[in-house]
Amino acid sequence: MITLTEAPFEPGALLTAFCAGRDETGAVASFVGLARAEGGAASILELEAYPGFTESAIETFAVEAAERFGLQSWRIVHRVGKIAPGEAVVFVATASKHRRAAFEACDFLMDWLKSRAPFWKKEHGPAGARWIEPTAQDRTDAQRWD
Amino acid sequence: MARVLLFGRLADQAGWREREVEAESLAALRACLANDDAELAEALAGPGVQVAVDKTLVRGEAVLAAGVEVAFLPPMSGG
Repeated sequence: MITLTEAPFEPGALLTAFCAGRDETGAVASFVGLARAEGGAASILELEAYPGFTESAIETFAVEAAERFGLQSWRIVHRVGKIAPGEAVVFVATASKHRRAAFEACDFLMDWLKSRAPFWKKEHGPAGARWIEPTAQDRTDAQRWD
Repeated sequence: MARVLLFGRLADQAGWREREVEAESLAALRACLANDDAELAEALAGPGVQVAVDKTLVRGEAVLAAGVEVAFLPPMSGG
């Protein structure tokens, strides 16, 4: 399930809920991405989504990933709007029978979310605001799976 | 009448995010926007800008039914 939210979320609570009631899941892997302050250069991160379109693109990709890695389930929560340094931007959790699939699928989903998901990212800092494109590293990370 | 949505740097450049435009095709819509703001029309046709009609990506020309939503999406940055 994918949720976009403008409100801050608590990653621990999401992980607890995701782990609840499982007696055939051997492994849950999770990842939490936090907004960095970049040594004061970034005071606010702003993420824009296209409501409906963005969720649907993420859902389609995650369903494919679940099939590829044989996941039992997955959960993605992503912030949109203005995000302060230290706040969680993204939460990804994957569940599978054994750990390798859960780890790899979580890594795979994050590489895609960081480089190809339909978001537009703006960094506001003392020097003004600038739109951010994916880094060369983000692209290389995503290409590992192609 | 189509509902036009701009995202990311395109919205900043245009100074608007959403507008109703009378057009029956994508080409007509681009021409209509160009009449108003030639630089914006150029940016909308720029490298990496994708177009979605009613939330489905389209390539090239498209016929626009009444009430459709046309979104111009600059290169996606990831989250």
